[in-house]
Amino acid sequence: MAAKQASTRSENGKVRRVIVVGGGLAGLTTVIKLCEAGVPVDLFSLVPVKRSHSVCAQGGINASVNTKGEGDSPQVHLEETVYGGDFLANQPPVKGMADAAPGIVFLLDRMGVPFNRTPEGLLDFRRFGGTLFHRTAFAGATTGQQLLYALDEQVRRYETVDVEDERGIVVPGERMVRKFEFWDFLSVVLDDSGISRGIVAQDVKTMEIRAFPGDAVCLGTGGPGMVFGRSTNSVINTGTAAGSVYRQGACYANGEFIQVHPTAIPGADKLRLISESARGEGGRVWVPRDPKEKRPGRDVPEKERDYFLEAKYPGYGNLVPRDIASRELFLKCFHEKKGVYNTKSTKNENEVYLDLTHLPKEALRKKLAGILEIYEKFVGEDPYENPMRVFPAVHYSMGGLWVDFERASNGSLVMGSPRNHATNIPGLYAAGECEYQYHGANRLGANSLLSCIWGGMVAGPALATYRNNLDKSSYDFPQALFDKAAKREQDRYTDILKMDGDENPYRLHQDLAEEMLLHCTIERHNDQLDRVVAKIDEIEQRARKVGVTDKAGFANQGAQFIRHLGNMIVLARVIAQGARNRDESRGAHYKPAFKDRNDADFLRTTLAFHKEGQGGGTSTIHYARDFDYSIAGVPIHITDAVDIGLVKPRARKYEQAGAASAAATGDIKKEDKPAAKSPAE
Amino acid sequence: MADKKTVRLKIQRQDSVDKPESRRWEEFNVIWLPQMNVISALMEIQKNPVTADGKKTTPVVWESVCLEEVCGACTMVINGRVRQACTALIDQIAPNGETITLAPMTKFPLVRDLQVDRARMFNDLKRVKAWISLDGSHELGAAPRQSQENQEDTYPLSRCMTCGCCLEACPQINDSSSFIGPSAISQVRLFNLHPSGKMHAAERLETLMADGGVGDCGKAQNCVEVCPKEIPLVDSIAQMSRQATKHMLFGWLLG
Ligand SMILES: Cc1cc2nc3c(=O)[nH]c(=O)nc-3n(C[C@H](O)[C@H](O)[C@H](O)COP(=O)(O)OP(=O)(O)OC[C@H]3O[C@@H](n4cnc5c(N)ncnc54)[C@H](O)[C@@H]3O)c2cc1C
Ligand code: SF4
Ligand code: SF4
Ligand code: FES
Repeated sequence: MAAKQASTRSENGKVRRVIVVGGGLAGLTTVIKLCEAGVPVDLFSLVPVKRSHSVCAQGGINASVNTKGEGDSPQVHLEETVYGGDFLANQPPVKGMADAAPGIVFLLDRMGVPFNRTPEGLLDFRRFGGTLFHRTAFAGATTGQQLLYALDEQVRRYETVDVEDERGIVVPGERMVRKFEFWDFLSVVLDDSGISRGIVAQDVKTMEIRAFPGDAVCLGTGGPGMVFGRSTNSVINTGTAAGSVYRQGACYANGEFIQVHPTAIPGADKLRLISESARGEGGRVWVPRDPKEKRPGRDVPEKERDYFLEAKYPGYGNLVPRDIASRELFLKCFHEKKGVYNTKSTKNENEVYLDLTHLPKEALRKKLAGILEIYEKFVGEDPYENPMRVFPAVHYSMGGLWVDFERASNGSLVMGSPRNHATNIPGLYAAGECEYQYHGANRLGANSLLSCIWGGMVAGPALATYRNNLDKSSYDFPQALFDKAAKREQDRYTDILKMDGDENPYRLHQDLAEEMLLHCTIERHNDQLDRVVAKIDEIEQRARKVGVTDKAGFANQGAQFIRHLGNMIVLARVIAQGARNRDESRGAHYKPAFKDRNDADFLRTTLAFHKEGQGGGTSTIHYARDFDYSIAGVPIHITDAVDIGLVKPRARKYEQAGAASAAATGDIKKEDKPAAKSPAE
Repeated sequence: MADKKTVRLKIQRQDSVDKPESRRWEEFNVIWLPQMNVISALMEIQKNPVTADGKKTTPVVWESVCLEEVCGACTMVINGRVRQACTALIDQIAPNGETITLAPMTKFPLVRDLQVDRARMFNDLKRVKAWISLDGSHELGAAPRQSQENQEDTYPLSRCMTCGCCLEACPQINDSSSFIGPSAISQVRLFNLHPSGKMHAAERLETLMADGGVGDCGKAQNCVEVCPKEIPLVDSIAQMSRQATKHMLFGWLLG
C-alpha cells in the first residue's frame, strides 16, 4: 500500500492523533517511531511511564554484534531463537528482529544507555541462555531500567515538540506527545463495522471515565504475570488491557505458553528474580550430593556438590534455556527431594544453590551489582560470600494477543505494512509482551527487551500507514459513538461500586493464583487441568458475588481491582484451557503424559476467541483453526499454520554444544533428526 | 494455630487532598509472614480491611509497581524515615513486633492515604532537558566509543528512579521555594558527561543557573543520606555548581 499524503487535521479541524496504551519499552518505541513519521500521539499509562514494568529487566538485550569474534551473526540468532522456542514462532518476524538487533543496540547506545564497555571502549557482551555466544549487551544488572529511561527521555522530548501540519506550520498549543499517566485502559471504541476508533479509559485518581478518539490504537500493556499471583512480575501486570480487548473480540494466541524462570528468591509479595546473567557471568547451579547436608553451602566441598545442569547438559551447561532449567530444578527439588536442606525447618526446601562465590568480586560488582543488591536486601545474606538459594518462578508470557505480519520476499517483514502487529480488530495493534509473536513456545533470555523494542519499531510505521490510508478519521465520527462507549463503561463501573457480596476480591485473586501456580506451570497433567478449569468456572461465579472494598469517588484502587480481576479470570481460562487442549510437550508447555513434541498435530498456533457466558453461565472459549479479518477493507485469511520457511523443525537437544544453530558448528548437520512423533523415545 | 505472630501498623490516612478533615491515624494487626515487607503487610489489609479495634475500613491506598526497589513508586515515610516500602522488611524494622508507622511524603501534594503526586519531578526533567538530542532512530551506526571509566561514572547516576526521597529530605524544598532539587541536578551531570549529551551542556547549565537552580542548595547533605541508589548527589551538586560558574564566567569565550 502506498502511503497517501495524510493530513494532520481531520475534516472538522482536530489534530488527528493515534493512541498508544502502555509506556514500557514496546509502547515508548512505538511512540518514537510515530513521532518521527509525523504522527501525533496520545500516550496512556496506568503508572508514570518511567515506572513501567520494563524497569525490572536485569540481564540485558540480545544483538549478534559479534564483538568477541566468535562467528555470531543475525542468522545464528534467528536459528537459536526459533530452536529455543521449539519452532512455534512464525519465522519472518523473528528474522526481522535478529537482523535489526545490532542496529537497535547501537541506537540505544546513541540514546545514552550506559552499557558496560570493553577496554577498547566498545560495547561489552555477555552470555545468556540457549546460545554459546556472547550476545547480550548490558548495563550492569539493571539493563531494563536503563533502556526504559533512555526511551522515556526521548518521549519526554517529544512532549515539548510542536505538532506541525503537512505544510510545516506549527499547530498552536499542540505537542507531538500528550501523556495521560495514571489512566487505566478500559476498552476500545468500536464503530458499527467493528473497527476501533479510539479508547475508553479511567483516570485512577479522579475516577473520571472518558472516551478518546484515536485514528489507530496500539496496546503495549505488558504481560499477565499477576494471574499467577506471586511471580517475578510487577504488581501492575494483570494483563487487564489484553483481557479486555480479548473480550471485545480480539484473538489471543498461544496463551498456554508461560515461562517459568529457574532462579528467583521467595518472598511474601513477590518472587524476585536473580537474572540469568548470573549464570551468563559464570554462576553455577548445584545441590549438595547428600540430601541431608547440614553445612552451609559455602562449606560444602567441591566434590560433594552435584552440578546437575552441567552434568546432564555438557553442551550448554548452566545456560540451557529456561524451560529446561526450570524442569530440572523442579525434578531435583520436588520429585527427588534433593533441594537444599534447611536446618531450621528440618526439611529439604524447594531451593537449589546458584553460586557466584568462585568469581572475582570486582567483576561481579561491575556486572551484577543490581541483582546482588536485591539478594542481599531481601535475603539478608552476602551473595559474594554465600551461594544464593533460588527456586523457579512464573516470569513471562510467550502467549498474548494475536498479531499479523506481512512476509517479504527475503523471508523477513515488509516494513510499513499495516498488517504488521495488527490484531484482528481493525485499527487495533499490539506490541511487546502483550502480543505473542516472537518467542514461540519458550523465550530465550534477553530476547524480550529486544522483541519489545523491535515490536515498537515495526508497529509504529504500521500504525502510521494504517492511519494515513484511512478514509475517515476517528475525529470525524459523531460524538455519540464515543459517548455511548464511555457510558457503557461508566455503567459497568457504577455496577462495581454497588457490589456488596461477601467475597473479598483480593482473596478471590489469591485462590485463582494458587490454583494456576500449582497446576498450570512447570508440569501439567490433564486431570489437574480439568480441575483448574472447573475451579475457574467457580471463581468466575464467585467473582459476581464480591463486595467492593471501597466506595470512594477518589483514587479508588479497590473498585479498579475488581475490574482487573475479571480480566485476569478470563485470561486464566485461556491459559488453562489451552494447556488442557495441547496434548504434547513443547518448550515451556510440558506434560509428563505426552513427553514428546508432536509436530503433526500441534505445530500450530492456538487461536482463542472469547465467548461471554449466557444466562448466568460462565464464559467459554472458541478455538479456531482459521479466521478472516480485514485491514482497510482488504480481507485477509489467517490459519493456525506456523511459518517455518527459514529454519526447518528438528528435535531440540541441548545436551550437545552448538545444537541450537546449524551455523554455530560445522558438524551439527549429521546429528539432525526430525522431531519424533512417537510417544516414547 | 496458636500464638500467631502479628505485625502492628499505624497508618496515616486522608481521603483526598481537599479533605484535610478526613486525616486520621488507623491501626492494624496483620498476620506475620516469612520474608514479609511493608507492601505485603498492606496487601494483607486489602484482604481484610478491618482496623485493630475491629472497625471496618477501606484498604489503604498506596503506589507500587516493581516490588524490588527499582521503579521508585512505593516511596513513603516509614517510622519517620523516607524510603521504599518494598525493601522495608518487617523483621528488620520491627524485630520485636514494634508498631510500624506509615505516612505519605510531605513535600508533594497528597493524592490519598500514602499516595502523593510527584508530577513535578517529571516536569523538572523537561526543564533541564534530561535527554540526548537524537537525530532520529534510524540506523546511523555505532555510537561514539566510551571508556570504561566514563561508564563507571555515568551508570550510578543513571540509576535515579525519581523516587523523591532526596526532595523529601532536602530542607531547601518547601512551599516557598522553587528549588529544583538534587535529583534533577544530578541528571544534568549525567547528560553532560555523555559524548553527545555534552553538546547541549550549556542549555542545561543555564536552567541550573536560573532561579530555583543549583544556587539554592544549602549543602545540608540530607539528600545523599536518603538516596536508596546511593547516588553521589552532593558531588553532582558541587560539580554542576562549578560548571555553572565556569559557564557564567567564560561560557561566551568557550563557545
Ligand atoms: C524481573 C524481570 C527481569 C527481566 N529481565 C529481562 C532481561 O534481562 N532481558 C529481557 O529481554 N527481558 C527481561 N524481562 C522481560 C521484560 O522485562 C518484559 O517482557 C518487558 O519489559 C515487557 O515490556 P512491555 O513494553 O511489553 O511492557 P511493560 O514494560 O510491562 O509496560 C506495560 C505498560 O503498559 C501500561 N499498562 C498496563 N496496563 C494498562 C492499562 N490497563 N491501562 C493503561 N496502561 C496500562 C503500564 O503502565 C506500562 O506502562 C524481565 C522480566 C522480569 C519480570
Ligand atoms: S545538599 Fe542541597 S540538595 Fe541536598 S539536601 Fe542539602 S540542600 Fe538539599
Ligand atoms: S537521586 Fe536518589 S533519592 Fe533522589 S530521586 Fe533519584 S533515586 Fe530517589
Ligand atoms: S515498588 Fe518499585 S521501588 Fe518499591
